[in-house]
Amino acid sequence: MLNQSQILETVRMIEQQHLDIRTITMGISLYDCANANPKAACRKIYDKIMRYAGNLVRTGEEIETDFGIPIVNKRISVTPISLIAAASDTPDYVCFAETLDRAGAELGVNFVGGFSALVPKGMTESDKKLIKSIPEALTVTERVCSSVAVGSTKAGINMDAVREMGRIVKETAERTKDRDGLGCAKLVVFCNAVEDNPFMAGAFHGPGESECCVNVGVSGPGVVKSALEKVRGESFDVVAETIKKTAFRITRVGQLVAEEAARRLNVPFGIVDLSLAPTPAIGDSVAYILEEMGLEQAGTHGTTAALALLNDAVKKGGVMASGHVGGLSGAFIPVSEDAGMIDAAANGTLTLDKLEAMTCVCSVGIDMVAVPGDTSAETISAIIADESAIGMINQKTTAVRIIPVPGKGVGDMVEFGGLLGHAPIMRVNEKSAAAFIARGGRIPAPIHSLKN
Amino acid sequence: MVKAIVTVVGIDRTGIIARVSTLLYENNVNILDISQTVMSEYFTMVMLCDVGSSSVSFSELKKQLEQLGSEMALSIRIQHEEIFDAMHAVN
Repeated sequence: MLNQSQILETVRMIEQQHLDIRTITMGISLYDCANANPKAACRKIYDKIMRYAGNLVRTGEEIETDFGIPIVNKRISVTPISLIAAASDTPDYVCFAETLDRAGAELGVNFVGGFSALVPKGMTESDKKLIKSIPEALTVTERVCSSVAVGSTKAGINMDAVREMGRIVKETAERTKDRDGLGCAKLVVFCNAVEDNPFMAGAFHGPGESECCVNVGVSGPGVVKSALEKVRGESFDVVAETIKKTAFRITRVGQLVAEEAARRLNVPFGIVDLSLAPTPAIGDSVAYILEEMGLEQAGTHGTTAALALLNDAVKKGGVMASGHVGGLSGAFIPVSEDAGMIDAAANGTLTLDKLEAMTCVCSVGIDMVAVPGDTSAETISAIIADESAIGMINQKTTAVRIIPVPGKGVGDMVEFGGLLGHAPIMRVNEKSAAAFIARGGRIPAPIHSLKN
Repeated sequence: MVKAIVTVVGIDRTGIIARVSTLLYENNVNILDISQTVMSEYFTMVMLCDVGSSSVSFSELKKQLEQLGSEMALSIRIQHEEIFDAMHAVN
């Protein structure tokens, strides 16, 4: 029998420390929707999403009521559209994005991920068409998220794609300049992309996935921060132990919700993603956890070590709590979505260079970072290349979600709204990487990819 | 049997247990266990109930309890027991 203090601890976690399930994401395969006629393909995609995800939002809300835990987002991820649209006789793929948007709006989900291409080694004609369609697709749709995988430990880095993505990011920002380049907040460039990530903007239902499944992303930076408040001044052994125990509890709730959602929706359970995902709400910040460990502000010396400990302890605590762990599983450090990171970037403690170092030891990478509008496409490509190199060499996922905000410069603030938050424009290195990016070709896979 | 846990937290006053248990009784919810403490005027109560034979839906029951909570200036929640088991028990 549970005791009263355990029960009240759970209630406190939910009521005061922002414990929530960040997302239930239904992954849907669209392989059987490919058709030579793009209109027929879109119709099949729409019908299939509506058929599979018809009850997603309602089921999410019912679970929320029964367990008394907020489920913040209900989302859909689909097979990368470049694989499906390849069969269609059409020069541009915007109509596919519009179809995903329409289905998402109809279902009441906040994002649909999968307007994606996987090009770590090379681009098919279809991949090229998809990538070219991204700026327009992200301008005319509201809910569609796009991702492009440009490298992997196994394949190396496709520098032609990296060069192209710098231009695409710039064009997307320009096309959505009336909303401060918001389109770029829905565009992720990956190295070592994962196929079962439930978090946006990088979610897609990978080619190796089943017909349909449910993936769940947990959250809870506020819970970890509160737990650490009770062990102030203690050694790192105690800190690591405390984080592990907290992560275990958070993940057990994620596993419960995932199993329940899978059962009620009658689709297989995929994975639980153990990520600590912050929101702009005060008290729901990963940066505050690092500061609780004893740093005056996130971004100062010691931040990388603190983050490494946090990231590792979250995984160790979470892994036993879930039957299948997957997705990105680590601490997220999106600048605009984390109150502590926003403050640290605004007063200059957190720089782009320090962020890059932090991405070596945690989940994902340069995430929701706003840079000056006059940053060149080549510089953005070079930032993508650096992040991809970190991912490739360290056999981990890295990503770049960067917004060159049109008309704004260092020191300005930009407001994206809602969960996307707000961010100060951060300084980029002004020396050119244009000749480096102009080379193109592939950076070969590293020696440690040869494992067989 | 469908087990749920009701938690009541707030400033102590007369009639909290009476009104919460009356509401549960009126909806045919059986109370299995109660634990309650008052610390410096702060009242906390945890009730284990069986909502399996409830005459109203779980969301309606929740709404009624929340309504009572706002009338009495208390926080009243009801949640299925599994979430607490998941978090605190390794079976």
